[in-house]
Amino acid sequence: MAVEREVVIPNKEGLHFRPIMQFVDIAQRFQSGLTVHCADRAADGRSPMEMLMLVATHGARVRMVANGADAEQLVDALVNLVQSGFGEM
Amino acid sequence: MITKKGINASPGVAIGPAIVLDTEEYRIPHRTIDPVQVPGQIHNLDAALAASRQEVSELRAAAARKLGDKTAVIFAFHEQFICDPKLRDSVVALIERRHYTAAYAFGQVLNERQRQFRNVADPYLKERVRDLYDIERRVLRHILGRAREDMTRLSEPVIIVANEITPSQAISFDRRHILAFAINVGGQTSHTAIIARMLGIPAVLALSDITADVAGGETLIVDGTNGIVVASPDSETLERYRAQQREYRRLEDRLRRLRDEPAVTRDGVPIELLANIEVPEETHEAFEYGAEGIGLYRTELLFLSSARMPTEEEQYEAFLEVMRAAGPRPVVIRTVDLGADKLAPAMEAQRDHNPALGLRSLRYCLLHLDMFRVHLRAILRASTAGDLRIMFPMITTVMELRQAKATLADVMEDLDEEGIPFRRDIPIGMMVETPAAALLAAAFVREAVFLSIGTNDLTQYTLAVDRGNERVAHLFSSHNPAVLKLVHEVVRATRGRKVQVNLCGEMAGAPIYCPLLLGLGLRRLSMAPKDIPSIKRIVRATTIERCQMIARKVSRFDSDRQVLNFLRGEARAIEPEEDL
Repeated sequence: MAVEREVVIPNKEGLHFRPIMQFVDIAQRFQSGLTVHCADRAADGRSPMEMLMLVATHGARVRMVANGADAEQLVDALVNLVQSGFGEM
Repeated sequence: MITKKGINASPGVAIGPAIVLDTEEYRIPHRTIDPVQVPGQIHNLDAALAASRQEVSELRAAAARKLGDKTAVIFAFHEQFICDPKLRDSVVALIERRHYTAAYAFGQVLNERQRQFRNVADPYLKERVRDLYDIERRVLRHILGRAREDMTRLSEPVIIVANEITPSQAISFDRRHILAFAINVGGQTSHTAIIARMLGIPAVLALSDITADVAGGETLIVDGTNGIVVASPDSETLERYRAQQREYRRLEDRLRRLRDEPAVTRDGVPIELLANIEVPEETHEAFEYGAEGIGLYRTELLFLSSARMPTEEEQYEAFLEVMRAAGPRPVVIRTVDLGADKLAPAMEAQRDHNPALGLRSLRYCLLHLDMFRVHLRAILRASTAGDLRIMFPMITTVMELRQAKATLADVMEDLDEEGIPFRRDIPIGMMVETPAAALLAAAFVREAVFLSIGTNDLTQYTLAVDRGNERVAHLFSSHNPAVLKLVHEVVRATRGRKVQVNLCGEMAGAPIYCPLLLGLGLRRLSMAPKDIPSIKRIVRATTIERCQMIARKVSRFDSDRQVLNFLRGEARAIEPEEDL
């Protein structure tokens, strides 16, 4: 089952180290695979390297596509994290 | 055994184990391997990743303790990055499919990421490319089998091998444990060179990729006097240098004793030996070496070290520091000589097609009067603190000198109106470093009260050779008869006038040229502080009569080779006469 959701990066510094680590931490706790899109770039949501290369700055639209049994819960958890501004706002 | 030639930036000989500091980029040969080596390379990669992870994890813990979470998070991210299976996968793919070495494959993967990052617009994220460099260096160091080189844990004397030494690094070094520097980049006047001379540590610079040629722990010989580095020397070479080291120490002791002796030839002619300096801190060092004054204070570093033009106060403070250290001794401040190879960050980045012949030095100043006037104000204000003299560089026409003097007069008027004190009769001189200025020296002596012959540029412009260009650098010789003829011309033009003439190029500090220069009539030489004792030794061992004979003989030669051979013979003859 595929679940897709789009969020806007709300924190000023965008997806930098701390947010990426929080993001990847959550992604790795679920079974489902996760691809994250930003503009024409795509990253494996569990790869800190690829997430950094996504260059998702403040205000960027990020589309998450999860695939697997717990896809819904995974995307919910990540949307919460992003919307909370990674605890930086 | 590998021998490399670089620039001799700080004299002395050191022998000891190398410690290789992080370089901006490792030089990794593009190398493919035999397919049977693939598992071995993958094993190397995994071992390096594991070791790097361990290292970063320790750093993270230390950073959390000492520097707080903000720094720790950086290392936490590095750790995750290094452990990222995607990273390992892409490197392994290159090893397996293209048969790259682990180092080359890893470098390729990181380079690609770095390249993508350079196009990022967001300034914060763009900065993260530095983290990628850091990660790359760390892992490569492990793949290439370099031990971790931690400067704070130095416990035995070492030779520092690095791409560059930053001033902040230099102050953190423990002087007792540093034997020498062997550095990829830099020249005589780079920060590293100045620092090394200040610390009295032998240094060879501009060794291009010495960091790639030397492994940590390897035995090195650094011959800072001749600009030579030998890695893994054989026993014969080692013995030769050990003897040289002893000899150098003996010589150094003797030269130190020379400091308080006058620079007078054996037939009683006093020679004024002055110092060239780059930063105020060097003033003190200059007098330690026995300088009678500062013959050339190059002001460029003030402009090159910061992103904006230095303020009047900043300049004034620097000039004042030199004046205070000099006391009653003369100080010649050269107005800023930017352009060509010395571009200040704040200068408009207009690339001249041919920078040595372009908008540089005084030409630049006369076109940017706002900046020039601030500079002149700072110099004039410092003039009340001692015997300050002002010198304009890169003059080609009399008009330029007059323009510069007119600007100075304007600034004096401003200071007058504001009631700011300065020395109205400040001596005004000029550099003679273009053939045009040398040929018309007779005209310039009516406009300037002192001349200083800059043989580095004079040679470049006379012989049309850029010595920074390695393909023609061998054609650069200040002892070329054409250059010597110009020098002679300038000295002759000052005869019978109250105009002082000085020579301040590198030639002034090279013992082999000393008798010739005295023979050409020069009585003032300005050089790097470290060169003063050995020049004084020559002066005290010779007579003007002999020097004049040498100059007469040299004037009959028509090739630089003849000149050099003759001077070498003379140098050998002069040594036994010394009475120290």
